[in-house]
Amino acid sequence: MTAGWLVVILVGASSIAIKGAGPLLMGGRAVPPGIVPVFKLLAPALFGALVVTQAFARGRELTLDARLAGLLVAAIGAHLRAPSFAVVVGAAAVTAALRFFAR
Amino acid sequence: MLSDIQVEPTVRAGARAVLPLAAAIAVLGVSFGALAISSGLSPLAAVVMSATTFAGSAQFAAVSILGAGGSVGAALGAATLLNARYAAMGLGLLPALGGERWKRLLLAQLAVDESWAVAYLGDGRFSRERLVGAGLVLLAAHVAATALGTVAGGHFVGDPAVWGLDAAFPALFLVLLWPHLQRPEGRMAAASGAAIACALVPFAPAGVPIVAAALGSLVGSRSR
Repeated sequence: MTAGWLVVILVGASSIAIKGAGPLLMGGRAVPPGIVPVFKLLAPALFGALVVTQAFARGRELTLDARLAGLLVAAIGAHLRAPSFAVVVGAAAVTAALRFFAR
Repeated sequence: MLSDIQVEPTVRAGARAVLPLAAAIAVLGVSFGALAISSGLSPLAAVVMSATTFAGSAQFAAVSILGAGGSVGAALGAATLLNARYAAMGLGLLPALGGERWKRLLLAQLAVDESWAVAYLGDGRFSRERLVGAGLVLLAAHVAATALGTVAGGHFVGDPAVWGLDAAFPALFLVLLWPHLQRPEGRMAAASGAAIACALVPFAPAGVPIVAAALGSLVGSRSR
């Protein structure tokens, strides 16, 4: 077997196991009610981390680059309740344009 | 508008809500297909990986490590770390999944960042129907785009940065984060998660800062 197929199979198995861990291990038991407020806040905590790492991290460095302009456009779009597709495309377009003209 | 369709718990509403994100996922899938070929994967292996792993960041990490001459173990380790957040997301989905154990296991596979967010109803509850609608649309886009990418090879997309694709993703996550910022505990959780992630980026391998940022939800729940 090639290394490529080995990675496909092992990463696939690992991914399926991780995603299924909760449903498999917890069985049909109810989630303890004390944990619900924490679950409720998992989304903002992880989204906050994804926003900053995707916008400011390059490898192990934190940098400010053209992505910042895209993020500002996205913040304005979200504040104005623009459709999410327009927000995402607008952010990408502004970033790409800035890079093109800054070359 | 995102806020109009966010609360309707049907498969159709879930599929509709995720459509704009599916376009971004598809562009990413094309680049994954192209990168996988250049890293020595066969087209079939690349498509099988998109269908079974169904987690873009983990796939990119594994294949790029392999392409750079890294070990199978290093590729598996990086991908597993990048995927660890799905264990937490799976726990959140648990009350919504219901049914037989194997059915829950299968439905949990449809959870990726975007479908998980679309399935969220607020107040800690999730909609199984919205997860299925959003997850199936994203899976179809991801697998089809990967196949296209393997055919088009490296000539089709080129450098994602030229198209501003790397800015599309923080924008996307900001749009998903926005409704949570209306409440003080949501703002506290988001700020804590962002701060934890930033603090760890220089020291931790990719993916770990995101996992650690889950602790931000504890900070947020204390702030109420």
